[in-house]
Amino acid sequence: MHRKIAATGNEAVANAMRIANPDVCGAYPITPATEIMQRFTSFVSNGQVNTEMVLAESEHSAMSACIGAAAAGGRVATATSSQGLAFMWEMLFIASGLRLPIVMGVANRALSAPINIHGDHSDAMGARDCGWIQLFSENAQEAFDNMLQAFRIAEHMDVRLPVMVGMDGFITSHSIQTMEWIDDETASKFIGEYKAVSPMLDIKHPVSYGPLILTDMYMEYRKAHEHVMSGVPKAVLEVAKEFEKISGRSYGLLEKYKLDDAEVAIVVMSSAAGTTKEVVDQFRENGVKAGVLKPRLFRPFPYAEIREALKHVKAVAVLDRADCFGGSHGPLYLDIAAAMYQSAERPLIINKIFGLGGRDYMPVHAENVLKELVQIAKDGKINSAKEYIGVRE
Amino acid sequence: MKTWKEVTPGAVITEPGSSRKFKTGSWRAFRPRWIPENCIQCLLCWIYCPDMAIKVKDSKRGEFDYDYCKGCGLCALECPGKKGNKAIVMEEEGK
Repeated sequence: MHRKIAATGNEAVANAMRIANPDVCGAYPITPATEIMQRFTSFVSNGQVNTEMVLAESEHSAMSACIGAAAAGGRVATATSSQGLAFMWEMLFIASGLRLPIVMGVANRALSAPINIHGDHSDAMGARDCGWIQLFSENAQEAFDNMLQAFRIAEHMDVRLPVMVGMDGFITSHSIQTMEWIDDETASKFIGEYKAVSPMLDIKHPVSYGPLILTDMYMEYRKAHEHVMSGVPKAVLEVAKEFEKISGRSYGLLEKYKLDDAEVAIVVMSSAAGTTKEVVDQFRENGVKAGVLKPRLFRPFPYAEIREALKHVKAVAVLDRADCFGGSHGPLYLDIAAAMYQSAERPLIINKIFGLGGRDYMPVHAENVLKELVQIAKDGKINSAKEYIGVRE
Repeated sequence: MKTWKEVTPGAVITEPGSSRKFKTGSWRAFRPRWIPENCIQCLLCWIYCPDMAIKVKDSKRGEFDYDYCKGCGLCALECPGKKGNKAIVMEEEGK
Protein backbone atom coordinates (compact mmCIF):
# COMPACT_ATOMS: atom_id res chain seq x y z
CA MET A 1 0.00 0.00 0.00
CA HIS A 2 2.89 2.39 0.75
CA ARG A 3 5.01 2.23 -2.36
CA LYS A 4 8.70 3.12 -2.30
CA ILE A 5 9.54 5.30 -5.27
CA ALA A 6 12.20 7.62 -6.60
CA ALA A 7 10.98 11.20 -6.95
CA THR A 8 12.15 14.79 -6.96
CA GLY A 9 10.96 17.19 -4.26
CA ASN A 10 8.93 19.02 -6.88
CA GLU A 11 7.27 15.78 -7.94
CA ALA A 12 6.44 15.05 -4.31
CA VAL A 13 4.87 18.49 -3.81
CA ALA A 14 2.92 18.30 -7.09
CA ASN A 15 1.51 14.92 -6.12
CA ALA A 16 0.51 16.15 -2.67
CA MET A 17 -1.38 18.91 -4.47
CA ARG A 18 -2.98 16.35 -6.77
CA ILE A 19 -4.17 14.33 -3.79
CA ALA A 20 -5.60 17.47 -2.14
CA ASN A 21 -7.48 18.20 -5.39
CA PRO A 22 -7.76 21.98 -4.96
CA ASP A 23 -10.74 23.82 -6.45
CA VAL A 24 -8.47 26.54 -7.80
CA CYS A 25 -4.76 26.97 -8.45
CA GLY A 26 -3.45 30.39 -9.47
CA ALA A 27 0.13 30.12 -10.65
CA TYR A 28 3.06 31.72 -12.44
CA PRO A 29 5.80 29.07 -12.51
CA ILE A 30 9.34 30.03 -11.56
CA THR A 31 12.64 28.16 -11.27
CA PRO A 32 13.19 25.94 -9.29
CA ALA A 33 9.48 25.44 -8.51
CA THR A 34 8.52 25.25 -12.20
CA GLU A 35 8.34 21.47 -12.21
CA ILE A 36 5.62 21.58 -9.52
CA MET A 37 3.34 23.50 -11.86
CA GLN A 38 4.47 21.61 -14.96
CA ARG A 39 3.41 18.37 -13.30
CA PHE A 40 0.30 19.81 -11.70
CA THR A 41 -1.02 21.30 -14.94
CA SER A 42 -0.60 17.83 -16.50
CA PHE A 43 -2.81 16.46 -13.74
CA VAL A 44 -5.35 19.16 -14.63
CA SER A 45 -5.15 18.39 -18.38
CA ASN A 46 -5.42 14.65 -17.75
CA GLY A 47 -8.49 15.08 -15.60
CA GLN A 48 -6.77 13.66 -12.51
CA VAL A 49 -7.93 16.71 -10.51
CA ASN A 50 -10.98 18.97 -10.76
CA THR A 51 -8.92 22.13 -10.38
CA GLU A 52 -9.63 25.39 -12.17
CA MET A 53 -6.14 26.36 -13.30
CA VAL A 54 -5.55 30.13 -13.49
CA LEU A 55 -2.33 30.93 -15.35
CA ALA A 56 -1.71 34.49 -14.27
CA GLU A 57 0.61 37.13 -15.74
CA SER A 58 2.73 37.45 -12.58
CA GLU A 59 3.11 36.02 -9.09
CA HIS A 60 1.35 39.07 -7.68
CA SER A 61 -1.65 38.16 -9.83
CA ALA A 62 -1.30 34.44 -9.12
CA MET A 63 -1.55 35.06 -5.38
CA SER A 64 -4.38 37.54 -5.99
CA ALA A 65 -6.30 34.84 -7.87
CA CYS A 66 -5.65 32.43 -5.01
CA ILE A 67 -6.97 34.98 -2.52
CA GLY A 68 -10.13 35.61 -4.54
CA ALA A 69 -10.77 31.89 -4.97
CA ALA A 70 -10.18 31.15 -1.29
CA ALA A 71 -12.52 33.98 -0.26
CA ALA A 72 -15.09 32.59 -2.69
CA GLY A 73 -14.97 29.36 -0.72
CA GLY A 74 -12.59 27.01 -2.53
CA ARG A 75 -9.61 24.94 -1.50
CA VAL A 76 -6.62 26.70 -3.04
CA ALA A 77 -3.01 25.72 -3.58
CA THR A 78 -0.06 27.10 -5.54
CA ALA A 79 3.73 27.06 -5.62
CA THR A 80 6.51 29.56 -6.16
CA SER A 81 10.10 30.48 -5.39
CA SER A 82 12.52 33.38 -4.88
CA GLN A 83 11.58 36.50 -6.88
CA GLY A 84 8.11 35.06 -7.26
CA LEU A 85 7.60 34.88 -3.52
CA ALA A 86 9.09 38.37 -3.20
CA PHE A 87 6.66 39.67 -5.82
CA MET A 88 3.79 38.07 -3.91
CA TRP A 89 4.84 39.80 -0.70
CA GLU A 90 2.10 42.43 -0.69
CA MET A 91 -0.58 39.80 -1.30
CA LEU A 92 0.83 37.40 1.31
CA PHE A 93 -0.29 39.78 4.05
CA ILE A 94 -3.75 39.97 2.51
CA ALA A 95 -4.08 36.18 2.34
CA SER A 96 -3.18 35.82 6.01
CA GLY A 97 -5.06 38.92 7.17
CA LEU A 98 -8.23 37.59 5.55
CA ARG A 99 -7.52 34.23 7.24
CA LEU A 100 -7.57 32.26 3.99
CA PRO A 101 -6.19 28.71 4.23
CA ILE A 102 -4.11 28.74 1.03
CA VAL A 103 -1.33 26.14 0.77
CA MET A 104 1.84 26.99 -1.13
CA GLY A 105 4.89 24.93 -1.92
CA VAL A 106 8.09 27.00 -1.98
CA ALA A 107 11.34 25.78 -3.51
CA ASN A 108 13.56 28.08 -1.45
CA ARG A 109 15.93 30.04 -3.64
CA ALA A 110 18.31 33.00 -3.40
CA LEU A 111 17.18 36.53 -4.21
CA SER A 112 18.53 38.82 -6.91
CA ALA A 113 20.86 40.78 -7.38
CA PRO A 114 23.18 39.26 -8.38
CA ILE A 115 20.70 36.92 -10.01
CA ASN A 116 21.02 33.34 -8.87
CA ILE A 117 18.63 30.43 -9.28
CA HIS A 118 19.99 28.13 -6.57
CA GLY A 119 18.89 27.21 -3.10
CA ASP A 120 18.99 29.36 -0.01
CA HIS A 121 16.44 30.70 2.44
CA SER A 122 16.44 34.41 1.55
CA ASP A 123 13.00 34.21 -0.06
CA ALA A 124 11.27 32.53 2.87
CA MET A 125 12.99 34.78 5.41
CA GLY A 126 11.68 37.82 3.56
CA ALA A 127 8.21 36.40 4.07
CA ARG A 128 8.67 35.22 7.65
CA ASP A 129 6.57 38.01 9.19
CA CYS A 130 3.69 37.91 6.70
CA GLY A 131 1.37 36.07 9.06
CA TRP A 132 1.73 32.77 7.19
CA ILE A 133 2.62 29.47 8.79
CA GLN A 134 6.01 28.25 7.55
CA LEU A 135 7.15 24.63 7.52
CA PHE A 136 10.61 23.57 6.28
CA SER A 137 11.45 20.19 4.79
CA GLU A 138 14.77 18.33 4.80
CA ASN A 139 14.11 16.15 1.76
CA ALA A 140 11.46 15.08 -0.78
CA GLN A 141 9.78 12.81 1.75
CA GLU A 142 9.34 15.64 4.21
CA ALA A 143 8.20 18.00 1.46
CA PHE A 144 5.49 15.49 0.52
CA ASP A 145 4.49 14.84 4.13
CA ASN A 146 4.54 18.52 5.09
CA MET A 147 2.51 19.46 2.04
CA LEU A 148 -0.20 16.88 2.88
CA GLN A 149 -0.28 18.05 6.49
CA ALA A 150 -0.28 21.71 5.41
CA PHE A 151 -3.82 21.37 4.05
CA ARG A 152 -5.02 20.01 7.37
CA ILE A 153 -3.18 22.68 9.36
CA ALA A 154 -4.35 25.56 7.16
CA GLU A 155 -7.95 24.33 7.10
CA HIS A 156 -8.05 23.46 10.83
CA MET A 157 -11.00 25.32 12.33
CA ASP A 158 -8.81 26.77 15.11
CA VAL A 159 -6.28 28.01 12.54
CA ARG A 160 -7.64 29.07 9.10
CA LEU A 161 -4.32 30.56 8.00
CA PRO A 162 -2.21 30.13 4.87
CA VAL A 163 0.75 27.76 5.01
CA MET A 164 3.94 27.72 2.96
CA VAL A 165 6.00 24.56 2.80
CA GLY A 166 9.67 25.15 2.06
CA MET A 167 12.24 22.79 0.61
CA ASP A 168 15.71 23.68 -0.64
CA GLY A 169 15.72 24.80 -4.27
CA PHE A 170 17.49 22.29 -6.56
CA ILE A 171 19.07 20.40 -3.66
CA THR A 172 15.65 19.00 -2.74
CA SER A 173 13.39 20.26 -5.50
CA HIS A 174 15.39 18.60 -8.31
CA SER A 175 17.27 15.71 -6.68
CA ILE A 176 15.70 12.32 -7.24
CA GLN A 177 15.39 10.68 -3.86
CA THR A 178 13.94 7.49 -2.46
CA MET A 179 10.70 8.18 -0.71
CA GLU A 180 7.56 6.46 0.41
CA TRP A 181 4.30 7.30 -1.32
CA ILE A 182 1.04 7.16 0.54
CA ASP A 183 -1.72 5.66 -1.58
CA ASP A 184 -4.15 8.23 -2.92
CA GLU A 185 -7.18 6.91 -1.09
CA THR A 186 -5.56 6.96 2.35
CA ALA A 187 -3.93 10.34 1.76
CA SER A 188 -7.02 12.04 0.39
CA LYS A 189 -9.10 10.60 3.25
CA PHE A 190 -6.52 12.09 5.63
CA ILE A 191 -6.83 15.54 4.03
CA GLY A 192 -10.62 15.29 3.96
CA GLU A 193 -13.36 17.42 2.44
CA TYR A 194 -12.86 21.15 2.30
CA LYS A 195 -15.09 23.14 4.62
CA ALA A 196 -15.43 26.78 3.65
CA VAL A 197 -15.82 29.53 6.25
CA SER A 198 -17.85 32.62 5.22
CA PRO A 199 -17.62 31.85 1.47
CA MET A 200 -18.50 34.74 -0.83
CA LEU A 201 -20.35 32.37 -3.18
CA ASP A 202 -22.87 31.49 -0.48
CA ILE A 203 -25.35 34.06 -1.77
CA LYS A 204 -27.91 33.22 0.89
CA HIS A 205 -25.46 34.55 3.48
CA PRO A 206 -23.83 37.56 1.83
CA VAL A 207 -20.44 38.61 3.21
CA SER A 208 -17.90 41.34 2.50
CA TYR A 209 -14.13 40.79 2.52
CA GLY A 210 -11.47 43.42 2.99
CA PRO A 211 -13.13 46.34 4.78
CA LEU A 212 -11.21 49.44 5.82
CA ILE A 213 -10.21 49.08 9.46
CA LEU A 214 -8.68 52.23 10.90
CA THR A 215 -7.15 53.40 14.16
CA ASP A 216 -10.11 52.37 16.28
CA MET A 217 -10.08 48.64 15.40
CA TYR A 218 -6.86 47.72 13.54
CA MET A 219 -4.91 46.68 16.62
CA GLU A 220 -7.73 44.37 17.73
CA TYR A 221 -7.49 42.45 14.42
CA ARG A 222 -3.68 42.25 14.70
CA LYS A 223 -3.90 40.98 18.28
CA ALA A 224 -6.50 38.42 17.15
CA HIS A 225 -4.10 37.25 14.40
CA GLU A 226 -1.25 36.93 16.89
CA HIS A 227 -3.54 34.97 19.19
CA VAL A 228 -4.53 32.54 16.43
CA MET A 229 -0.84 32.09 15.58
CA SER A 230 -0.13 31.13 19.20
CA GLY A 231 -2.54 28.21 18.85
CA VAL A 232 -0.92 26.90 15.65
CA PRO A 233 1.67 24.60 17.33
CA LYS A 234 -1.14 22.66 19.02
CA ALA A 235 -2.89 22.14 15.68
CA VAL A 236 0.40 21.19 13.98
CA LEU A 237 1.01 18.48 16.58
CA GLU A 238 -2.57 17.25 16.40
CA VAL A 239 -2.32 16.88 12.60
CA ALA A 240 1.12 15.24 12.92
CA LYS A 241 -0.30 12.63 15.29
CA GLU A 242 -3.00 11.69 12.80
CA PHE A 243 -0.47 11.69 9.99
CA GLU A 244 1.69 9.24 11.90
CA LYS A 245 -1.23 6.82 11.94
CA ILE A 246 -1.38 6.68 8.14
CA SER A 247 2.33 6.98 7.39
CA GLY A 248 4.25 5.61 10.36
CA ARG A 249 6.35 8.79 10.23
CA SER A 250 6.38 11.03 13.27
CA TYR A 251 6.68 14.81 13.08
CA GLY A 252 7.02 17.45 15.78
CA LEU A 253 7.51 21.22 15.79
CA LEU A 254 11.22 20.48 15.54
CA GLU A 255 13.47 17.47 15.18
CA LYS A 256 16.01 16.63 17.84
CA TYR A 257 18.89 14.44 16.67
CA LYS A 258 21.06 13.05 19.46
CA LEU A 259 20.35 16.26 21.31
CA ASP A 260 19.16 15.11 24.72
CA ASP A 261 22.65 14.53 26.16
CA ALA A 262 24.52 16.79 23.72
CA GLU A 263 27.17 19.24 24.91
CA VAL A 264 27.60 20.87 21.51
CA ALA A 265 24.88 21.27 18.88
CA ILE A 266 24.17 22.68 15.46
CA VAL A 267 20.82 24.29 14.70
CA VAL A 268 20.07 24.13 10.98
CA MET A 269 17.00 23.87 8.76
CA SER A 270 16.14 21.87 5.66
CA SER A 271 18.56 19.80 3.56
CA ALA A 272 21.74 20.83 5.41
CA ALA A 273 20.42 19.01 8.47
CA GLY A 274 21.01 15.70 6.68
CA THR A 275 24.72 16.39 6.11
CA THR A 276 25.05 17.68 9.66
CA LYS A 277 23.55 14.49 11.14
CA GLU A 278 26.14 12.38 9.27
CA VAL A 279 28.97 14.45 10.70
CA VAL A 280 27.44 14.37 14.19
CA ASP A 281 27.46 10.55 13.95
CA GLN A 282 31.20 10.62 13.20
CA PHE A 283 31.86 12.94 16.15
CA ARG A 284 29.78 10.70 18.42
CA GLU A 285 31.95 7.75 17.36
CA ASN A 286 34.95 9.76 18.54
CA GLY A 287 33.34 10.43 21.89
CA VAL A 288 32.06 13.98 21.27
CA LYS A 289 28.55 14.53 22.56
CA ALA A 290 27.22 16.36 19.53
CA GLY A 291 23.63 16.84 18.37
CA VAL A 292 21.39 18.60 15.87
CA LEU A 293 18.25 20.67 16.25
CA LYS A 294 16.25 21.02 13.05
CA PRO A 295 13.31 23.45 13.32
CA ARG A 296 10.36 22.27 11.20
CA LEU A 297 7.79 24.87 12.17
CA PHE A 298 9.53 28.23 11.67
CA ARG A 299 6.43 30.46 11.85
CA PRO A 300 5.04 30.59 14.41
CA PHE A 301 8.42 29.99 16.03
CA PRO A 302 8.19 27.43 18.86
CA TYR A 303 10.15 29.44 21.43
CA ALA A 304 9.27 27.35 24.50
CA GLU A 305 10.09 24.02 22.85
CA ILE A 306 13.40 25.38 21.49
CA ARG A 307 14.33 26.69 24.92
CA GLU A 308 13.63 23.30 26.45
CA ALA A 309 15.58 21.48 23.73
CA LEU A 310 18.74 23.62 23.94
CA LYS A 311 19.06 24.84 27.53
CA HIS A 312 21.39 22.04 28.67
CA VAL A 313 23.78 22.37 25.71
CA LYS A 314 27.11 24.15 26.39
CA ALA A 315 27.78 25.58 22.94
CA VAL A 316 25.45 25.98 19.96
CA ALA A 317 26.05 27.12 16.38
CA VAL A 318 23.05 28.40 14.45
CA LEU A 319 23.53 27.92 10.71
CA ASP A 320 21.61 30.41 8.62
CA ARG A 321 21.09 29.94 4.87
CA ALA A 322 20.17 33.65 4.64
CA ASP A 323 21.54 36.83 6.13
CA CYS A 324 19.94 39.93 7.60
CA PHE A 325 22.00 42.75 6.18
CA GLY A 326 22.92 45.57 8.51
CA GLY A 327 25.45 44.09 10.90
CA SER A 328 22.85 41.83 12.45
CA HIS A 329 22.88 38.04 12.75
CA GLY A 330 21.03 35.63 10.48
CA PRO A 331 17.27 35.30 10.92
CA LEU A 332 17.31 31.84 12.51
CA TYR A 333 20.01 32.93 14.96
CA LEU A 334 17.93 35.93 16.02
CA ASP A 335 14.99 33.71 16.95
CA ILE A 336 17.12 31.07 18.66
CA ALA A 337 18.95 33.75 20.65
CA ALA A 338 15.65 35.42 21.61
CA ALA A 339 14.31 32.05 22.76
CA MET A 340 17.39 31.27 24.85
CA TYR A 341 17.71 34.74 26.38
CA GLN A 342 14.62 33.99 28.45
CA SER A 343 16.25 30.96 30.00
CA ALA A 344 18.61 31.32 32.99
CA GLU A 345 20.33 28.15 31.81
CA ARG A 346 21.53 28.61 28.24
CA PRO A 347 24.35 27.77 25.84
CA LEU A 348 26.90 30.08 24.29
CA ILE A 349 25.61 30.68 20.77
CA ILE A 350 27.46 31.50 17.58
CA ASN A 351 26.11 32.20 14.11
CA LYS A 352 27.36 30.89 10.77
CA ILE A 353 26.06 32.06 7.42
CA PHE A 354 26.38 29.26 4.86
CA GLY A 355 25.21 27.95 1.52
CA LEU A 356 24.02 31.23 0.00
CA GLY A 357 22.99 30.99 -3.64
CA GLY A 358 23.35 27.21 -3.54
CA ARG A 359 26.99 27.17 -2.35
CA ASP A 360 27.73 23.60 -1.30
CA TYR A 361 27.57 22.76 2.37
CA MET A 362 30.12 20.00 2.76
CA PRO A 363 30.78 17.66 5.70
CA VAL A 364 34.01 19.54 6.33
CA HIS A 365 32.02 22.69 7.11
CA ALA A 366 30.01 20.89 9.78
CA GLU A 367 33.24 19.34 11.12
CA ASN A 368 34.90 22.71 11.49
CA VAL A 369 31.86 24.18 13.22
CA LEU A 370 31.67 21.25 15.65
CA LYS A 371 35.41 21.54 16.40
CA GLU A 372 34.94 25.23 17.16
CA LEU A 373 31.97 24.40 19.42
CA VAL A 374 34.00 21.82 21.34
CA GLN A 375 36.62 24.51 21.98
CA ILE A 376 33.96 27.05 23.07
CA ALA A 377 32.38 24.47 25.39
CA LYS A 378 35.82 23.85 26.93
CA ASP A 379 37.08 27.40 27.52
CA GLY A 380 33.85 29.43 27.33
CA LYS A 381 35.37 31.88 24.84
CA ILE A 382 33.75 33.02 21.60
CA ASN A 383 36.13 34.37 18.97
CA SER A 384 33.58 35.30 16.35
CA ALA A 385 29.84 35.68 17.01
CA LYS A 386 28.95 35.71 13.33
CA GLU A 387 30.94 34.38 10.43
CA TYR A 388 30.43 33.34 6.80
CA ILE A 389 31.58 29.78 6.14
CA GLY A 390 32.44 28.27 2.78
CA VAL A 391 33.36 31.69 1.42
CA ARG A 392 36.70 32.64 -0.17
CA GLU A 393 38.47 35.08 2.15
CA MET B 1 -16.26 48.95 20.82
CA LYS B 2 -15.32 45.30 20.26
CA THR B 3 -12.29 43.73 21.95
CA TRP B 4 -9.81 41.55 20.01
CA LYS B 5 -11.64 38.47 21.28
CA GLU B 6 -14.90 39.61 19.68
CA VAL B 7 -13.81 40.59 16.16
CA THR B 8 -14.72 38.31 13.24
CA PRO B 9 -11.91 36.22 11.71
CA GLY B 10 -10.24 38.05 8.84
CA ALA B 11 -12.44 41.13 9.40
CA VAL B 12 -15.13 39.47 7.28
CA ILE B 13 -18.43 41.33 7.44
CA THR B 14 -21.26 38.81 7.76
CA GLU B 15 -24.13 41.28 8.12
CA PRO B 16 -25.37 42.51 4.73
CA GLY B 17 -26.09 46.21 4.33
CA SER B 18 -24.24 47.08 7.51
CA SER B 19 -22.43 50.00 5.85
CA ARG B 20 -25.55 52.02 6.65
CA LYS B 21 -24.39 51.92 10.25
CA PHE B 22 -21.13 53.62 9.30
CA LYS B 23 -22.00 57.32 9.55
CA THR B 24 -19.38 58.76 7.24
CA GLY B 25 -20.76 62.27 7.76
CA SER B 26 -18.30 62.61 10.65
CA TRP B 27 -15.46 62.91 8.08
CA ARG B 28 -16.87 66.23 6.84
CA ALA B 29 -14.78 69.40 7.10
CA PHE B 30 -17.12 71.52 4.93
CA ARG B 31 -20.87 71.37 5.16
CA PRO B 32 -23.19 72.01 2.21
CA ARG B 33 -26.11 74.36 2.90
CA TRP B 34 -29.21 74.21 0.68
CA ILE B 35 -30.87 77.51 -0.18
CA PRO B 36 -34.38 76.49 -1.38
CA GLU B 37 -35.21 79.90 -2.89
CA ASN B 38 -32.32 79.54 -5.39
CA CYS B 39 -33.13 75.88 -6.24
CA ILE B 40 -34.65 75.13 -9.68
CA GLN B 41 -35.06 71.40 -8.82
CA CYS B 42 -32.81 70.25 -11.66
CA LEU B 43 -31.60 67.39 -9.39
CA LEU B 44 -28.02 67.66 -10.73
CA CYS B 45 -26.89 67.50 -7.09
CA TRP B 46 -28.71 64.18 -6.70
CA ILE B 47 -27.06 62.82 -9.87
CA TYR B 48 -23.56 63.89 -8.87
CA CYS B 49 -23.64 63.06 -5.15
CA PRO B 50 -21.31 60.05 -4.65
CA ASP B 51 -22.86 59.19 -1.28
CA MET B 52 -26.61 59.32 -2.00
CA ALA B 53 -26.81 62.08 0.59
CA ILE B 54 -29.47 64.15 -1.25
CA LYS B 55 -32.90 63.10 -0.11
CA VAL B 56 -35.47 63.12 -2.93
CA LYS B 57 -39.20 62.66 -2.44
CA ASP B 58 -41.89 62.93 -5.18
CA SER B 59 -39.19 64.04 -7.65
CA LYS B 60 -38.26 67.00 -5.47
CA ARG B 61 -35.03 67.36 -3.55
CA GLY B 62 -35.21 67.98 0.18
CA GLU B 63 -32.59 68.38 2.93
CA PHE B 64 -29.12 66.83 2.89
CA ASP B 65 -28.58 63.57 4.70
CA TYR B 66 -25.79 64.77 6.97
CA ASP B 67 -25.22 61.25 8.35
CA TYR B 68 -23.54 60.31 5.08
CA CYS B 69 -22.55 63.59 3.35
CA LYS B 70 -18.73 63.72 3.45
CA GLY B 71 -18.70 67.37 2.35
CA CYS B 72 -16.92 66.76 -0.98
CA GLY B 73 -18.57 69.83 -2.50
CA LEU B 74 -19.43 68.25 -5.88
CA CYS B 75 -23.06 69.30 -5.50
CA ALA B 76 -22.13 72.92 -4.81
CA LEU B 77 -19.79 72.94 -7.81
CA GLU B 78 -22.38 71.47 -10.20
CA CYS B 79 -25.36 73.49 -8.90
CA PRO B 80 -26.48 75.93 -11.66
CA GLY B 81 -28.57 77.95 -9.14
CA LYS B 82 -31.02 80.60 -10.23
CA LYS B 83 -29.81 83.69 -12.12
CA GLY B 84 -26.23 83.15 -10.94
CA ASN B 85 -27.16 82.57 -7.31
CA LYS B 86 -26.09 79.07 -6.12
CA ALA B 87 -28.65 76.95 -4.30
CA ILE B 88 -25.87 75.05 -2.52
CA VAL B 89 -22.98 76.71 -0.69
CA MET B 90 -20.17 75.09 1.30
CA GLU B 91 -19.53 76.35 4.81
CA GLU B 92 -16.76 75.35 7.18
CA GLU B 93 -17.88 72.90 9.85
CA GLY B 94 -17.84 74.12 13.44
CA LYS B 95 -18.26 77.79 12.56
